[in-house]
This record gives sequence, C-alpha cells and structure tokens, in this order.
Amino acid sequence: MQFAWSYKTNYLNAVCNIFHQEGSWAEVVSGFEYDKAIDNGVAGSKIIFNGPNKSEEDLKKAIKNDSLIHIDHLEELYSLIFLAEELKKRPKVAIRVNMDTGIYPMWDRFGFNYENGQAWDALNKIMISKKLDLVGLHCHIGTFMLSPNAYAIAAFKLTDLAINIEKKYSHYIKYIDLGGGFASKNTLKGSFLPGIDTNPSIDEYAEVISSALINSALNPEHLPTLILESGRALIDDAGYLLGSVIANKRLSAGKRATILDFGVNLLFTSFWYEHKITPAQEFTHYSEDTVLYGPLCMNIDVIRENINLPLLNKGDQVVAHCVGAYNVTQWMQFITLRPKIVLIDLDEKVHIIKDNETNQTMVSLEKLPEHLKKIDLK
Amino acid sequence: MKIKKNIAISDSGFIFNPSTGESFTVNPIGVEIITLLKEDKVKEDIKKQILDKYQTEDIVFEKDYYDFVGMLNHYHLAETNEEEES
Amino acid sequence: MKKKKVNIAVTGLNATDNPGPGVPVIRALHDSEFFDVRIIGLSYESLEPGIYMHDLVDKTYQIPYPSAGKESLLQRLEYINGIEKIDVLIPNFDAELYSFMKLENELKYMGIHTFLPTFDQFEERHKINLSEFGKKYKIKVPFAKAINSIHEIYSLTPEFTYPVVVKGKYYDAYIAYNPEQVLTHFNKIASKWGTPIIIQQFIYGSEYNVIALGDGKGNTIGAVPMRKQFITDKGKAWAGIAIDEKELLKMTTRLIKNTKWRGGMELELMKTQENEYYLLEINPRIPAWVYLAVGAGQNLPEALVKLALGIEVEPYTTFNVGKMFIRYSYDLIVDLSEFEQISTYGEL
Repeated sequence: MQFAWSYKTNYLNAVCNIFHQEGSWAEVVSGFEYDKAIDNGVAGSKIIFNGPNKSEEDLKKAIKNDSLIHIDHLEELYSLIFLAEELKKRPKVAIRVNMDTGIYPMWDRFGFNYENGQAWDALNKIMISKKLDLVGLHCHIGTFMLSPNAYAIAAFKLTDLAINIEKKYSHYIKYIDLGGGFASKNTLKGSFLPGIDTNPSIDEYAEVISSALINSALNPEHLPTLILESGRALIDDAGYLLGSVIANKRLSAGKRATILDFGVNLLFTSFWYEHKITPAQEFTHYSEDTVLYGPLCMNIDVIRENINLPLLNKGDQVVAHCVGAYNVTQWMQFITLRPKIVLIDLDEKVHIIKDNETNQTMVSLEKLPEHLKKIDLK
Repeated sequence: MKIKKNIAISDSGFIFNPSTGESFTVNPIGVEIITLLKEDKVKEDIKKQILDKYQTEDIVFEKDYYDFVGMLNHYHLAETNEEEES
Repeated sequence: MKKKKVNIAVTGLNATDNPGPGVPVIRALHDSEFFDVRIIGLSYESLEPGIYMHDLVDKTYQIPYPSAGKESLLQRLEYINGIEKIDVLIPNFDAELYSFMKLENELKYMGIHTFLPTFDQFEERHKINLSEFGKKYKIKVPFAKAINSIHEIYSLTPEFTYPVVVKGKYYDAYIAYNPEQVLTHFNKIASKWGTPIIIQQFIYGSEYNVIALGDGKGNTIGAVPMRKQFITDKGKAWAGIAIDEKELLKMTTRLIKNTKWRGGMELELMKTQENEYYLLEINPRIPAWVYLAVGAGQNLPEALVKLALGIEVEPYTTFNVGKMFIRYSYDLIVDLSEFEQISTYGEL
C-alpha cells in the first residue's frame, strides 16, 4: 500500500512535505506540479504523472527521471513510443481506465474506457510495442464519492485487466492505483443530512477496497501494490479559514444578511459545499436565519445562502471549517489580496507557511508600455 | 415609534398580533424594549434605560435598535402614522 | 395482571391529511393489556396536532430537524431523557430514521431501547435500490431509474412510456404524463429533498399495502394486508379494509425471512389487471394506518415495544378479515398559551 499526495488538492510546500515526510509519493497533473515535487526533493521514480496535458518536454523529463506516467489518451501513448526510441529509454507507464461503477456522473473523459474495450486495446498496443514498461493500472472514478461500493467495482475491473495481461503476456502489473475521490466531512450543497453524519469513513472505503482485492482472482504470489491518491480526505478537515464580520444588514424581505471579509475569492469550495461556519467568541443562544456574503462587489459572492447563526456584531470573528482541500490551489486574486497561511504543529507552535500577498507581488509580472507610463490626473 | 395597542407580549418573548393571527418570538432584550415602547417611552428614554442597565456602547445600541424597530415595522407591529392620527 | 410501566417516546405527531404514524401508534400503545404507558411526544413543528392531544400524549418536546445533524439530536435527547427516563423510542419518519439508526448505541447507553432496521436493510430497500432489491428477492418491481439532472428527462422514452411516477428520495410522488410535467415535479422535489429523483414506470391497477413486523431473526411477528378503499388527492388512504390475501402474506413472510427484517415495515404494492403484484416501495417503519391492524387483532406497536425491551413475543397468526378503517379529521380547540409554550420553550 502506497499513498501519493495529490498536489492539486493543496500544493503549499509545507503541506506537501508533511505528507512526503510520512512517506507519501507525489501525484501531479502538470509540468508545474511536477517541477514542484522535484523541488520538494521527491525522487523522480516516486512521482505519478497524471492528467491529459503533458507536453513533450514534460514527458521527456518524466522518462529521464523514471517517473510513473499515467497515459490519458492515444496521442500520448504514441508520443511516448516515439520518445522512447529517441531517448533510448523505456518509459514506466500505466494507463488511466474509466468505467461504469454505477456512479452518476460517470467520468469518461479521462483515460480509456473499460466497457467498450478501449482500455484493453491500449494495453495491447503498449505490450506489443515493447517500447514501454507497463507497470501499473490506474483509475479515478469520480469526486466526493459517497458510495464506497463503487471502489469495489473499480478494483474488480482493474484486476480483471491485470489478470488478462498476465494470461496473455505473462507480465505482472506492479501496482493498481485506485486514485482518490474519498469524501471529507463537508456537506455537499443539496444534501438533506449533514456530511459529518452521512459521509463514509476512511475505514468503510478501506474495508471495501481491501476485500475486493483480496477476493479477486489475482495471484497472491504476485499481488500488486495498492496506490491511493488521496488529497481531500487527508487535508480538508485540517484546514480552517479565519475571518471577521464587516457589517450586518436587512434585506428587503426582512432577512438578516452578514457580510464577512472572506468570499468566494478565498473560499472557492463554497460553490459546492455548505461550509460549517461558527462564531469564534462567546455568543448568545438566540439565533436567526442569515445569509452570509463575502466582501466582493459581485452578486455571486455568497458563502452560505442560509445558515442559522447567533447574532454577530461588526468585528466579531468567525471560523469556516473543512477548507483544507482545493482552496489554496483554486482561490483567486480578485478585487483584493489573499491572506497568509499558518501551520500549527503538534507542539502547538505556529509557523507562517505563506505570507500575505502585497500589491508588489501582484504587479511584479506586469509590464507597462512606454506610451502608457505617463498620465496626467493631477 | 409606537407598538400597536392590541399587540400582546409575554415574559417568554412570545408576541401575538390578534388582528393578523401572527406570532413571533423575541429575546429578553427585545421583551424589554417592546415593554418600554408599549409604555410610550421615546427612543431617548429607552436608550438611557438600556445603557444604564447594560454594559454597552451608544453606537451598538443605535444599530441594534434601528434593526429591531425595522423588524417591528416590517412585521406591522408598529403603529403607522394614519392610525396614530385616528 | 399488573401492567408493566414504560415511558415511550414517539415522533410523527403530525396527524394531518398526510398523516405521520405517531398518533395511531400512541393509540395502539394505550390499548395495550401488557404495558401501562407514559407517552413522550417528540415534535419538529409547533403545529403538529399530537402535541395538543393531552389524553394521548403526556408531554411533548421539540427536537431539532434531522438536517441539524445527529449531534444536536443527541444533546436534545440527553436533556429529555434526564427528565423523562425514556425506555423505548419509536421514530416514525423516513427522513429521521437515518439519524436515529446512527444513534442506536448512544441511545442504548442512555437506557433508551429502539427496534430499528439495520443499515444494510435500510439501504437495500431504498427507493433508489428497489430494482436490485426486486431482483435479489425475486419480487416484481416497476421499471425505474434514478436521474440527477433535468437533461435526462427528454431521453426517458423509449425506456419509459408515459405516464411515469416522479419520486423524491424520502417523500413525495407525482404522476407525470409528459416531460414538461416531469420537469415541474423534478424541480419541486429536488428543491426539497435533493437529487437523485426516481422515475418509475406507472403501473395501472389497484393499490394494496401490507403492514408487518419482523423480529430481526427472520420471523414475522405480525402482518396485515389492506386494500385502499378511498384515496386522497395526496395518494393517502382515507379508508381501507383488512383482506385475506394469502399471496401477499406469503410474499411478506418470505421477504422478512430472507432479509431478516428488524422492526416495522410497510409494503406498497400495485395489483395489475393480470393479478400480478408489483412492489412499489418498502417503508422501513410503521405506517399511519397501523391502527387498522390493532383493530383487526394485531397490536403491532405493542409487539414492537416488547421486542425493543427484549420481552418474548408470540407471533400473531390471525386477524379479523373485513375490519375497516375510515379516517376522519377533528378540530382540536387549543389555547394560544399552549402554542406559546411549545413555540418559545420547546416543551408542552
């Protein structure tokens, strides 16, 4: 069993290195993320390179470093065969397989389909080419999966491919990578019950996956390593966003509205989660239904459409929970600057792991044409 | 600002509007303010009384009072001017 | 015989035109020859009629909505139990069952017994899984599909022929005769209960229901089939008759045997012109017409309380065929002070 830290979930170096220190490999989906992993000191052979957009330069680097390249489409497969000849090196590859696991929506845009035989065709092309070293099989069946059983179906379909490869080519697959998609304790919008009550625990996923693999027809002498690319399930619940109340107002229909100093610019995930928001100081037990707005001068800047909160005053502080995943990678520099991030270690020591943005950080890449340098508004 | 004569409020904070059948609940400070309003106290008296009794600032009282009275108006619990005249 | 004193908490006090089972369950418990019951009502809203039926309900407490999460529910129940010493709790809403099932062990630790289906039983019979369920237990079910998006509506044909039934995850079912109606119902249900929405082939026929109680070991403690005689515009039975239909009883006992069903259940079936039964839904709780079973000789709520307390129960094998229930509405006269009491203090 091997974890690979999903960089896109949260690629602050301090966070990546927490997981690398714990033994996690790196899972990256772009040249930018790949270089970040290398800079963090991850050995090339411990980087899994996923995604539909790997440039030729990216692929060359990955081949030279013995990284695990997960092929997304045929164009990439042919490029790899070509580059293998050019570099005189056998790239280590896996294919990404998409499949029906009974989950809606079915993710069929990445990789090769299992049911219609695309995946099996691609595997044959790899084996027959003899140019590529087929080391693994990969899938990533969806995001925020609330039904653990889908992983059992995925495990079954990947092992089926592994067994057929073994039968036809006497070649043993070294690993099966079931990707990620495990739910955190957040509540998806539109859910009737809170996520903390209903979302499957890690134990439930583990139980389903391990029994599916143990009960499969895989040769126990050559059991492949199980790789998981968990990101959100490991970091979401560890992240908090601290903010304060800017103002309160009444909307035309009498509903209470509270404006906070963070909005969708910082809390991108509020587009799909109903984040838990709690006051950070003593409060009364009298509460009121409130809409929580962010500070942007944009109508879409809504953190919670409706939340029952004690009455907050200007300057009161609030905490948004479960924000560790997909925010510090997707947040936007829009209208205002982004705040610093701190890490609290096991001894409760506080470390700044990213500083406040300044105007200088934002304009440092800008260039002003000569004729626009002078303005006269004195 | 006056509360309609027929509005009943109990110590529990339960407000009943007998002419519409609507009911509301308010917190203890709301009970105090409505009781004072029903005694025809004007805003300055109410402010003095609340500021004497509780440790709070002028501006906080202003904001909260404005919001609260706004809600009383919104739910038609306050006298409108015409009614006052009649 | 001296009756055994028990404190029983019951939800579902909404005896409205789409009634919850709470009030009839309470009536059944008061009829018991075995128990002397004190009834603690648990309500969500201040206008649930059961709250004001003081001859049936001794004390009512408001509890938080399931959407507030099981932690707030547990805290509230701890408070109530501190006063009332609840022996048995009978939840009666589909939407709240999940939370109570999750709290089963905590409740037991507090001395509160329940008798609920297991998570596997609860999930397996879920509307979304009904097709699989039918296959597994060899019961005919209407063709159905869960859809998540309105874009799927226009491609429902030719898999389906109109009319179809549009159903919510927990509640609500509407008949739709064309895609536009499906769209309307989809939006209405999705905004209330979320997606997926279940599209079920409409089956023509007459409606039959079965109430049953399983002991969790595969035995049927009681079962009464009923034919709806009068149906309200919400599709609820306003009158029904206990019938002697061996096939339905056989189906029920087989189902309970194979699933080892634990707790009360209701099977909703449609009988076609060809005399075939299609299972439309399994409700994992006692239905609102339970008092017909009591009137016909099977006090299933009493039996459920015994099972919850670990008291041996002799299964019911007969009932009075031809007993009918005719529902009526009744206007309770209530003082404002009572409404104030429950709305402001959450207790009455």
